[in-house]
Formats: sequence, C-alpha cells, structure tokens
Amino acid sequence: MQSTAHDFKDNAGAALADRNLQESLATLKVGFSERRRQAAERLPEFEALRDRARDIKNHALANLDFYLEEFERKVTALGGHVHWAPTAGDARRIIGDLCKSVGARTVAKSKSMVAEEIALNEHLEALDIAPIETDLGEYIIQLRREPPSHIIAPAVHLTKDQVADTFLEHHTPLGFTKRLTERNDLVAEARHVLRQKFLDADVGLTGANFLVAETGSSMLVTNEGNADLSNTLPKMHIVLASIEKVIPTLEDAAVLLRVLARSATGQESSAYTTLNTGPRRDGDLDGPSAYHVVLLDNGRSSVLGTQMQDMLRCIRCGACMNHCPVYGAIGGHAYGWVYPGPIGAVLTPQLVGVEEAGDLPNASTFCGRCESVCPVRIPLPGLMRHWREREFERHLTPRAVRQGLALWSWLVRRPKLYRRVTQVANRLLSTFGRAEGRYHALPLASGWTRFRDFPAPPAGGTFHAQWVRHGGARIRP
Amino acid sequence: MSDRGDPAREQILGSIRRSLRRGELAGAARAAAEERLASPPRGPIVRRAKLPHAEKVALFCQWAETHNATVARISGADVPGEVSAYLARNNLPAEAAMAPSPQLESYDWQSQKMLALRRGRGEGRDQVSITGAFAGIAETGTVVMASGPDHPVSLNLLPDTHIVVLREADIVGGYEDVWEKLRDRYGKNGMPRTVNTITGPSRTGDIEQTIELGAHGPRRMHIVVVRD
Amino acid sequence: MSTSDRPSPPRRVALFVTCLVDLFRPAVGFAAVKLLEDAGCTVEVPPLQVCCGQPAYNSGDRESTRAIAAQVIDAFEGFEAVVVPSGSCGGMLAHHYPGLFDDDPAMKARAEDLARRSHELMAFLVSVLGVETVTARYDGTVTYHDSCSGLRELGVKEQPRRLLTSVQGLRLREMATPEVCCGFGGTFCVKYPEISNAMVSEKTADIAATEADTLLAGDLGCLMNMAGKLQREGRQVRVRHVAEVLADMGNLAPIGEPEAKR
Repeated sequence: MQSTAHDFKDNAGAALADRNLQESLATLKVGFSERRRQAAERLPEFEALRDRARDIKNHALANLDFYLEEFERKVTALGGHVHWAPTAGDARRIIGDLCKSVGARTVAKSKSMVAEEIALNEHLEALDIAPIETDLGEYIIQLRREPPSHIIAPAVHLTKDQVADTFLEHHTPLGFTKRLTERNDLVAEARHVLRQKFLDADVGLTGANFLVAETGSSMLVTNEGNADLSNTLPKMHIVLASIEKVIPTLEDAAVLLRVLARSATGQESSAYTTLNTGPRRDGDLDGPSAYHVVLLDNGRSSVLGTQMQDMLRCIRCGACMNHCPVYGAIGGHAYGWVYPGPIGAVLTPQLVGVEEAGDLPNASTFCGRCESVCPVRIPLPGLMRHWREREFERHLTPRAVRQGLALWSWLVRRPKLYRRVTQVANRLLSTFGRAEGRYHALPLASGWTRFRDFPAPPAGGTFHAQWVRHGGARIRP
Repeated sequence: MSDRGDPAREQILGSIRRSLRRGELAGAARAAAEERLASPPRGPIVRRAKLPHAEKVALFCQWAETHNATVARISGADVPGEVSAYLARNNLPAEAAMAPSPQLESYDWQSQKMLALRRGRGEGRDQVSITGAFAGIAETGTVVMASGPDHPVSLNLLPDTHIVVLREADIVGGYEDVWEKLRDRYGKNGMPRTVNTITGPSRTGDIEQTIELGAHGPRRMHIVVVRD
Repeated sequence: MSTSDRPSPPRRVALFVTCLVDLFRPAVGFAAVKLLEDAGCTVEVPPLQVCCGQPAYNSGDRESTRAIAAQVIDAFEGFEAVVVPSGSCGGMLAHHYPGLFDDDPAMKARAEDLARRSHELMAFLVSVLGVETVTARYDGTVTYHDSCSGLRELGVKEQPRRLLTSVQGLRLREMATPEVCCGFGGTFCVKYPEISNAMVSEKTADIAATEADTLLAGDLGCLMNMAGKLQREGRQVRVRHVAEVLADMGNLAPIGEPEAKR
C-alpha cells in the first residue's frame, strides 16, 4: 500500500479529532492490556516462555538460510512448491501468475499483513481477479476501501453503526436490505455472504504465522476459521510469508503459540491453529490440489547482522500497539502504512525508507511499555533510538532541532559557563513567574504552553548556586 | 521454481549469508541445526500440561468449557445416544454429516432410528457434523484433527454445529505430546495435509472488540469425551 | 528514620542533581540530601556535573552523548554510590552509558563501573540502604505516578510506596493506570504537542478520578508536565516530587504554585 507516513503529524491530528476512533481506542487500551495481564498471570511459566521464544527466533535468524532450505525441501517432498520473491514486485508477479494458471476469477484471502505490505489486492484487481478479504475486520475495511488500523484487529477504529452502514450499502445488491443494529446479526450476515464466496473461490491465499522447517508446514492462527476455509475449499492454496517466519521445529512452534495468543488477545489459545503441509493427499476427500508457498524477502535479509536485526523476531501479536500510549492516542492509520505502533515505528523506516517514515521512530516517549510486553522481547525503544541516530547521521533531523541540540551540547560540555547561564535563566524564570508560580505562555516553548502551564522555579537560585552559597552544608529551604 | 538454479532463490540466500557474514552454514553450527531438527528440544515445561492422566482429562474438559465448547463424558456405547440427545436438546435437525472413520463406525448408529447420517466431506449446507479427533490437549481444552480419508477437513469448518468424539486415551498434556503422537503415526518425515487444532467454536472480536461466536466456522462445538 | 536490622555505615555518596532539579526545583535536591544523610550517608555534590545527556541521546546525537557521558563519568569517579532523584536520568547512567562505548573498552569499563554504582533515590534508600520508614508528616490524600524509566528500567515501584506508608497523615489512593506514560518524554512533548496533550489529558483525568489532593512522582519532567496540565485544567491538585514529602518538606509551595508571601 501507498505510504502516508510522511504526513504523520497531520494524520495524528486528524485521528485525535475522530470521535469514533477515540471511543474505540478507549476500549482497546483498557481491554487488551488487562486481558493480556490476566493471561500472563494464569501461566506461571510465561516469562520463561518469553525468554525461550526470543532465543528460538534468534536461533532461527542466525541460521535462516539453512532453515529456509530445509523448509523448502520438506514442502517439495510432499508435493508442494516454494517460490522465492526477493521483492514485493516479484511476489505480486508470482502470485498473479499462479492465479492466472488456474484461471482464477476470485481469490479468498485470509488476513495477511505481508499481502498488505506488497499491495497484493491492487495487483490482483488490475489482473481482473477479485480478492475477497475473509477475516471479518479485513472484509469490513475492504468494503470501505480503508487500510487496516491494527495488525490483529484491522477494523478496530470502527463502531458497529459504521459497520452496519457499510453492510447495508454493500449487501443490499445481494438481497440484504435491512440495516442491522446488533453485532451478532452483523457477524451472521457477513458469514452468510462470505460463505458463498469461499465456495466460489478458485484460490485461497493466506499468510503464515510460522513456517516449520522440520515438517515443511505453514502454521496459521485465527479465531474465525476463515484461514482454514481459505486453505481447504479452493483448488489452490497459496501461502505468502516473509522469510523470517521460518522456525526450526514443532516444539519451537509450541513455545511461540503459548506466548502469541496470550500477548495478542489475552486468550489461552486462539480458536484455530492449523498446520498445512503440501496439497491434498491420495484418498483425501477435500483440500486443495495445489499448494504453493511464496517466500518474500523485501529487504529483510539486509537487516540480519545489523543492530536492527531484533525487529525480525516479531511474531505480529500486536501487544506493542495495544500497550502503546501513542498508539492509544492516535490509532493505527496515523502511522501511514501497514504496520502501526512501536513495531511499525521500527519496521516502516526499514521497508519504505527512513526519509518517508522518519517521524515514526521519533513519535515515542520511550516509555518502554512495548518492550515490557513483547513476547519475543524486542527492544523496541532501543531500535527506535537507532533510527533516530541514523536520521541524525544523515542530517534528516529537522534543522532547528539540530541547531538547538548543537548549541545545548556545546554549553553542557562547559560546566562553568553552563552554571552561569542556568543561573541567569533561573533568575529570569523565577522573577517573572513569581506572582502566579507559572507561565501561561513562554517564548520558544509554545509547544508546551499551548496545552499546559509552565511551572516557574521558586526564588533562591539554582540548586548548585544554593549548595555553593551554603558551603555545601545541608540546608532546609 | 524451487530448483537450485533459481536466481531469485540464490539472491535471497546469498543476501542472508552476506548479512550474516558467512557462506553456506557449515561445521558445528550446521551440525547443531541438523541435530535440532532431528531431536527437537522442548521449551520450558508447562506444569499444567504434566498432570496424571485423570487430571488431564478433567483439565481438558474444564478448559474446553471455558472456551465455549460443551462437554459430555460418557462410555463408548452411549455415543450415538448422546449425539441424538444433544441434537434434540438444542432443537437441531436429527441429521448430520459424519466422518467416514473406523472409530466412529465402531459405534452402533443403528440404535438411533431417527438420526440420518451422511458419510463424506462437509458441504456448504450442512447443519451438523460428527468427527473423531486425533488428540485432545489438556493445557487449553483443544481438540486436534488430522486430515485424511477418514477425516475431511471441511467437516471441522462448514457446519453450524460440530460434534467431536474424543477418546479419553487420546487426551494429552500439551502441544509437544501431540507432535510426538503425530510422529508416531505419520513418521518423522510425514504429516497429514492438515492438522487443525481447534479450541472452542469459531469467534470474532472484530466489531467493537466484543466476542461473537460463529464467525466462519461452527457456532457450537460439543465434545463427547469417551471413557476408556 | 529507621533502617532494618543491618545498620548501614555512613557512605560517601554523590548526588547527581539532574538539570531539571537544578534549574526548576532545587528543593528536590535538598530533600534527597536530607533523606540520604538521615540514612547515614555523607553526601557530596560534584561541582562539574551538568546533564546526563538524554536530550542528545534521545535525539540520535550519539557523538555528543558520548562526550557528555565521558564528562559525567569523570565527575563521579571514586564515589561509592551515585544517587539520582530521577528514574530517567538514573536509567541513563545505570543502563545506557555502557552501550555508548562499545568500541572503546577502557571507557566501556569505566561506564560499566559507574552503571554499577548508580541508583535512583527511592531504590537506593529502600533496596540498598534498607530504609523502612521516614519521619515526616503530610496531611492529605496522595496518588503516585510511576514514571516510565524508573519503573521499567530500574524497577522502582514498591520502594516509594513503602516509605510513603510511614508518613503520618498521608493516605495513598492509586490511579487506575499509574504505570501509563504521562506524555512528557523529554523533547517528545514539544515535537508532538497534540499527541503529548492527549496523553497527559488522559493522565490528569485518571489523577482526578482518585480525588487525591496531591500528585507525587519521582521524576521532575513528568511532574512539570502533569502539574502544568492540571493547572491549565483548573484542577486543585498539588504536585510534588515524592522526595519532598518523604523529607518532611511538604509545606513548600507545590510545583507551579506561587510561594506564600513573606
């Protein structure tokens, strides 16, 4: 999809003014984090599992080529095909060709962030192939032609009334002419509409949560069962997965599954966890006759071995955004591309360029809540800081910031001068702020005083001045 | 496509190796990775997956119910009766699509005169399906389905109501025990086309973060746990 | 002030004042000195200390940060402990400095040495010195905000609360989400003022919901942010650094309030 990350500040402003979004976010902030906390508490081994999950992904990344080749060998041995796609364009072309090879008119798609990343739907539409999103949230936003606002809850920004309007508009031609008001009725109507689409689809396209090298299996985790219908009913199943999804063994998958659902939604387990290994076997009564895995690199291999490598551990649970106060304030669309929240702030500059997405790693207080809940312990604030360093090195940091910083650090490195300057500043701020104890407006600090008062220091001078004045003795102001 | 001469393949693998500052994985590192695949090490032990068998069965039932499945614990001879009774209790039609499995055929379905069974895969209009299960996972109340001629995947997904007949003996502690069972059945290099691990009915929280059951898969899951 | 059964010998402790305390709220520094002295420490304030370097570090200016860190490392050489009345500056010394010198083993060793000796004030009093109670009085209901770096980098959570229970007349009433960031974030609050405002507004609503008359925290940046917002909203909540209350300095004018006429 087209990035609007360069418009981050404007996007954020619009999000802050969107009342429906703000209501959804209010629920999200409390709900997800509380459910995760409870789920983690119910499993005494949770922290040990997080350590192990981190180690598994680190091991897989350090041996990524080996496990990808093993994965390919197993898939091929069981009659499947593996396709290697260095770029997004390669992946689009491969998938388009596969669809054309079976004369596909519709593709049943199960939610895939990688498919969003490579803008697959637009490509298929250009080939006159209709991609049908089947995850309920993705389906809703596809009808509305919006991008997802959350990686596991794509329509989290919408209210049920907005969904009802959308369904009425799009389902009326299918004979559903009543505007629904209850959530369960909306779900039932979508189920009905999508069921027929599943039955009619020529190709099922899914992502993968994990690729298991040991068995050549793609592993999919959903609550709705849409991925399973996508990989069972159509005659061709295409798995689109990025290369860092490969893990060594089923035992490793067990560890990752235990942290994934709990981190994502606070569930003990998602409803459906499915291993697909190759196409339909002799004697099978259903299942696709062709099974293809498209392995996408799209720049990931170049992140290996760098200080940014840790981002490749991500298992896309969404816990970082569920716990991020910035995401909680502005939601996902403001980030302007596929991956929002803290993980988006480190992935997006990598995948679309730091010139385009330079705001994202800066729009963080480094509060560290994301890192504290990440199931694979990605040091997200540290990675955001690395991006800021790269921006600074490449002179992408705004000029005013650079100049201010240069002046400040010059001063800080001259303690005696710094002392005199701060004493003057202290005296000015305390003298003019004495009457009220604070400022309603201050030159050079309008970003602050637009929204809040600025406290004035009390009379008496800086700490260091007072300390020296009293001969370093203990005083009681 | 997936042959070694594929330039795209070499491009990705080459880029990975350049980034990792090495050639093809070799020596001790390769041996360690091969060993990991040959004898997969287990992660931290989850204590609740390590109970004595009777407690595992109880834990399975408890978690399955927590995940909105219903559970009946009966003896093998009573399976057909329980299925009929369940359908009647829930005002469901006395007809079902059943997996053509030896386990299910071993029950006396003739005893249920009113129950109409169709053997085969699931169809879009099916209301009810009956399948066996490869295993049950006590840790989360999950049923495990291995696809094959005796178990079409569509039966797990298409009907509104899924009745699962699970033998107590097939209830294991955690995922790792299922993997061992799969290796025992299908061999180290074999896997069925599909392994579905299913925890309760289909659900979605995509509208206003409120859980609704029956998103795409079954709205109801009834697990008949058969005593050994 | 009493300590547990292991009376600590006097220690030679250096106070890292922090630039915000130096400039805007010197009382926090004096409160820290009092608490440390009451716990049996000898407190010194190395004169060449300035800033820990966070503004440069968090803006991506690694070179300036290294230069500033080297200066701090020099200034605090030789002290048994370096105590900081701020979780974020404390975290800078205790966690982030060593990583700045990965290519300079000698400096890295010195940074690691400083990191080992550096402590946030509350953590030092309770977890290192074993202080259990203070002698102080504060008549009011307080709520306590867990500043992010102190909480997540240094594990400051129970220590201030434990000491607060010994303050006479003080009642603690927790917020629904005391661990959620207040939106300060150093330069964040002026680079992204609208987002910061949304965050601090949520925080002040949470504070107000407790009906506490006083807000305490351990980081002056967060305190100035929350005080400024509470005052702009016209809420009658007094805002103080936790050290002031523990040091029995609760009679000072709160942050952002005028001093009583003499």
